Amino acid sequence: MKVDAVNSKQIEQFLTFELANEVYGVEILKVQEIRGWEPVRVIPNTPSFIKGVLNLRGSVIPIVDLRERFSLEHSEYTQKTVVIVLCIKHRRHESFVMGIVADAVSDVLDIKVDEIKKAPNFGTQLDTRYMRGMHVYKQNMIMLLDVDKLLNPDEVDDIEAISDIGRFE
Amino acid sequence: MSIDMSQFHQVFFEECFEGLEAMESGLLSLDIGDIDPEAINTIFRAAHSIKGGSGTFGFTVVAEYTHIMETLLDEMRDGRRQVTKQAVDVLLGSVDCLREMLTSIQNEEDVNAESVAVHQSALETELNGESSANTQPNVVATPAINTAPSPIQSQEEDEEPEIEEEQGWKISFCPYLNLLKTGNDPVRLFRELSALGQLTTNVNIQDVPDFNELDPEECNISWDLVLVSDASESTVREIFSWVEEDCELELSPLAKPKKKKKPKVATPVSAPTPAVVETKEVIAPVIVPPPTTVVKKASSESDSAKNAPKASSSIRVDTDKIDTLINMVGEVVITQSMLGLIGENFTMDKVGQLKRGLAQLERHTRDLQQSVMNIRMLPISFVFSRFPRLVHDISTKLNKKITLKLVGENTEVDKAVVELINDPLVHLIRNSLDHGIEMPAERIAAGKPETGTIELKAYHRGGHIVIEIIDDGRGMDKSKLLAKAIEKGLVEESAIMTDKQILELIFMPGFSTAEQLSDISGRGVGMDVVRRNIQSLGGNIDIISELGKGSTIAIHLPLTLAILDGQSVAVGDETYIVPLVSIIESINITEKMLNKVAGKGETFKLRNEYLPIIRMREIFNVKTGAATKPNEGVIVVVEGQGALCGFLVDELLGQQQVVIKSLEANYRRVEGVSGATILGDGSVALILDVPGLVRLSVC
Repeated sequence: MKVDAVNSKQIEQFLTFELANEVYGVEILKVQEIRGWEPVRVIPNTPSFIKGVLNLRGSVIPIVDLRERFSLEHSEYTQKTVVIVLCIKHRRHESFVMGIVADAVSDVLDIKVDEIKKAPNFGTQLDTRYMRGMHVYKQNMIMLLDVDKLLNPDEVDDIEAISDIGRFE
Repeated sequence: MSIDMSQFHQVFFEECFEGLEAMESGLLSLDIGDIDPEAINTIFRAAHSIKGGSGTFGFTVVAEYTHIMETLLDEMRDGRRQVTKQAVDVLLGSVDCLREMLTSIQNEEDVNAESVAVHQSALETELNGESSANTQPNVVATPAINTAPSPIQSQEEDEEPEIEEEQGWKISFCPYLNLLKTGNDPVRLFRELSALGQLTTNVNIQDVPDFNELDPEECNISWDLVLVSDASESTVREIFSWVEEDCELELSPLAKPKKKKKPKVATPVSAPTPAVVETKEVIAPVIVPPPTTVVKKASSESDSAKNAPKASSSIRVDTDKIDTLINMVGEVVITQSMLGLIGENFTMDKVGQLKRGLAQLERHTRDLQQSVMNIRMLPISFVFSRFPRLVHDISTKLNKKITLKLVGENTEVDKAVVELINDPLVHLIRNSLDHGIEMPAERIAAGKPETGTIELKAYHRGGHIVIEIIDDGRGMDKSKLLAKAIEKGLVEESAIMTDKQILELIFMPGFSTAEQLSDISGRGVGMDVVRRNIQSLGGNIDIISELGKGSTIAIHLPLTLAILDGQSVAVGDETYIVPLVSIIESINITEKMLNKVAGKGETFKLRNEYLPIIRMREIFNVKTGAATKPNEGVIVVVEGQGALCGFLVDELLGQQQVVIKSLEANYRRVEGVSGATILGDGSVALILDVPGLVRLSVC
């Protein structure tokens, strides 16, 4: 409770981007860089929303297509398509670098923490676990994503199990 | 003045372990009767700095323990005390004990007070008993009966973490708001607690907000519990282990702890040798039983997390290497600015200059790469230095006389190889000690010197490091090996085998010729694991053995795990890298060579052997136009898991050295892929995990 009281005075910055004509936002502190779309190397036998891996100055990072992740209609990648490279916190100490594909980046917004509304419950239709909340900006609804949860996809358990095996081989 | 000391912990632990190693090797080299004061000084200094460090960091248990060692060593140093074999053994035991303590502290576990007590009393007996008549060879076996506790010891006892049983516990349980959301139910916890004894609960509800502000999913209540039970602290904590991260938990003993006199003659806890400790750490997470329920899974995961060694590691680098590196970087910067200058006002007559600049840049880059790789190189003595102790301990146990000769300890090898080669080497040396070298009487009868020799030798050959373990023991009896293999049904009776093939039988799973099992070796589960480990490092292992004269086991390993020779192959639009070491050959095949087993499994005939075909296109689900018929593509014959098999690819692209990048760093392990690399054009290519693929498709 105390924590909330402090937070409400704070302002956080969000990077907003478009995806199938909707506006989404991610905390700007998670964003490492934004780059144009370029062809990726497909990884065999992975979920379809993992488009593949990319060489980011020597480290190999996976690219997630959010349209597919959210089961939106697929669109062709164009010159305007961007990849937002995010630094994801995993567990307590580890961090992952991942890219998400978006139609276009729009803006950086200052949002007061207490103006973030809790995402309504859509029942089974929509999974709001990955939402940090909603924010109304110039009568547009912006969905703020919790990327730490979103990009540790459903397989989070599998990932842990698998990487544990890998570590002790 | 508050400095976060924990940031220095890692360095402290590393220094301590280094100090312990110095003490160990110093103790082993002490020549009884003829004492080199400098050797004792070295040991003393190591002990002293461990004591100082642990005092600074507040690890009083360690500091006090080391203090006793130091007192003993101090007396030896001043010549007030004779250095006896027994004293050295006690000190060696203490080194083990200290190492154990430090490891527990590093992993944030409780120090095993029992084993500490055993060692400590052994030390004190040694300290008080002067040069006693007790000639028992090993600390472990010394019944440590302490009759005259020194002042240090009683003080120690007071401060030792209480693990003794208590009358009951006062528990303050203050869950965070999200406790309920994580699926935990306090009621269930209380039910479990009440199973341990009589439980009284007091609820604090002062934090509960007004009804209209109340979120039923948040836990605003906290509890003060009183548990009257003789359960130990760890038992109580275990009940809370699932909610540990979602609450504040305070445990305090109910009554004043009854001071029990700690039983000094504890069960003879054997002091594990460092090697054993390490294997335990590595294996433990694997032998955690497979989770049967969701609840169980959670606990087993936390177990494995606890057992996992701390991930962060550091490396000590020669300053010379860093100076070279800095020098090199300077050169690169100069070349780069020179090229920049040429580019600014470029005219065609500067082409020659440009080419020269580029050539220079290339050379500097290559040098730079080499010096960076050099930083990861460590002398193999990091591994070798542990073996004198191992040999000392085991030969004492077996009553054999053995000297260990180390050759080429300064041979440098990649840090990762150093870390991974330890366990296989320990295994091989134990084998040599146990099976290779004969008992002294047997040796004299065979006309050999009474003392056996094991030589551990490392040298570079080509792009590899070779490690040899040479013993002058009894060697391996090939006819016995063959007979045993036939008896176990591992080979046909009629099989005709070369000497080499017979010797390689010992790498078969479940093969052992030892007549007697011992706790050192002989169960026949080792050598196949050793070979698999070495192969997973990209190396191989050879045996030469002559009956009556001894055996030589040679391990060939790549110098580094960061670079690999690869063959790039094309499958549709995709490019994959096959490690060159696993490729036997690449062939074009004709329709005639093809066979189908039961209409499905495709095989082809290669020099009278039928090999299965793995279609890369299908196994990796590549959609773009790839060779659909085996005769349209190329078959790459590979060896993995001891089995041959053919990968069907579209075409071979070229051979190159590739730098291995981890997929796990940012994603996760992918079946059939051991890593990724970056090709000349900047795109990513996946490196195939050949054994994994063979296993994936054949089994």
